[in-house]
Amino acid sequence: MRTKDIIDMLAGIEPGSALDAIRARRLQARENAQKSYLSLFEPIDASDFSLAERAAVAAFVTGLHGESPVAAFYREKLAASADGAALVEPIRSEIARGKTSGPYGAFPAGPLSVEDKAGLIYRVSAERKSELGARLVAALEHAHLLVFRPRDAASADMKTLLAAGWSTTGIVTFSQLVAFLSFQVRVVSGLRTLAAASA
Amino acid sequence: MSTVNPPVVFTQDELGWVSWIDPLPEAELTERHFAGLVDRARAKSEYFRLLVRDPEVLEARTKTDKDIFYNVADGLPRAERELAAAATSRYNGCIYCASVHARFASTYSKRRDDVQRLLDEGVGADLGERWNAVVKASVALAETPIAFGPDNIAELRRAGLDDAEIVDVINGASFFNWANRLMLSLGEPSK
Repeated sequence: MRTKDIIDMLAGIEPGSALDAIRARRLQARENAQKSYLSLFEPIDASDFSLAERAAVAAFVTGLHGESPVAAFYREKLAASADGAALVEPIRSEIARGKTSGPYGAFPAGPLSVEDKAGLIYRVSAERKSELGARLVAALEHAHLLVFRPRDAASADMKTLLAAGWSTTGIVTFSQLVAFLSFQVRVVSGLRTLAAASA
Repeated sequence: MSTVNPPVVFTQDELGWVSWIDPLPEAELTERHFAGLVDRARAKSEYFRLLVRDPEVLEARTKTDKDIFYNVADGLPRAERELAAAATSRYNGCIYCASVHARFASTYSKRRDDVQRLLDEGVGADLGERWNAVVKASVALAETPIAFGPDNIAELRRAGLDDAEIVDVINGASFFNWANRLMLSLGEPSK
């Protein structure tokens, strides 16, 4: 059985609709956006990044983009995942703490410095740290940076993740997950906007 | 380790990219990894040998990328897909991604000076109605929370884009919100 195409589902694209036909013209992109989702959320090997951690980071990242069908989907995924239900409330409160507007951050020092934009440097609240654990605390703080101020990223951030127990391979998959969701949430939003403008 | 010489301005010059964490050594790549790389020649790239630590995700990401940008049987001209990628990268602040896709935008549009103005002046540069609409839509999509709305659709339509071409803008700009975050956070560009 094939899993339903997740972007179509989240964007409300019905078979036979105009947008269904347009997406069919980029079949390889459509199928591989789906394969990206599956390889991130139904991986063959989750030893470097557990399924509950993936769902927690996904709920956090999509929640930071504001309430949407995508945010609801990943929040439900977290609630349904083994060891995930207990994380729903801490993730909800961290989303509320982390909400801001991006992109912001600093450029390399030089002529572009006039475009530097200051903003929230998010840290997990002290009282949530024990229930989230060191790995997720580091992951949420880095995910917030990736969502809102990716140009602030520095090599020291990699050391922080490694020190919190992330493997190099785990960091790669975690970064792909946050970056993929940044893509998916925008495609869904864009397609929904286009569908509404064509109705 | 080689010395990193990071660029401090946006440029159309060719840049290198240096990873902050360990890529897989070429000698350790298996057939599973080569499937993830899609093009075997990518084994020479530090960036792809890092991402190939998760080969299934890399393979799917690469094939998504190629179809969004290289499938030009119909839809938006390649130059304007590259413009969406360059504008997104300029706005998010990815000097490396912007360099690659600004070069492609110049090559396919033959409007190198306009592309350079996007890099020099930023996403507010006046590049004419059609390019302005593509840049503005890309910027709106790059914002968090996402600011893309009916006004962007109306503007793209006024500039002559049909719905299939608008989907190409949405795909291209959205994809660079994926690419920028990897390039910016796992390593850095070097001149």
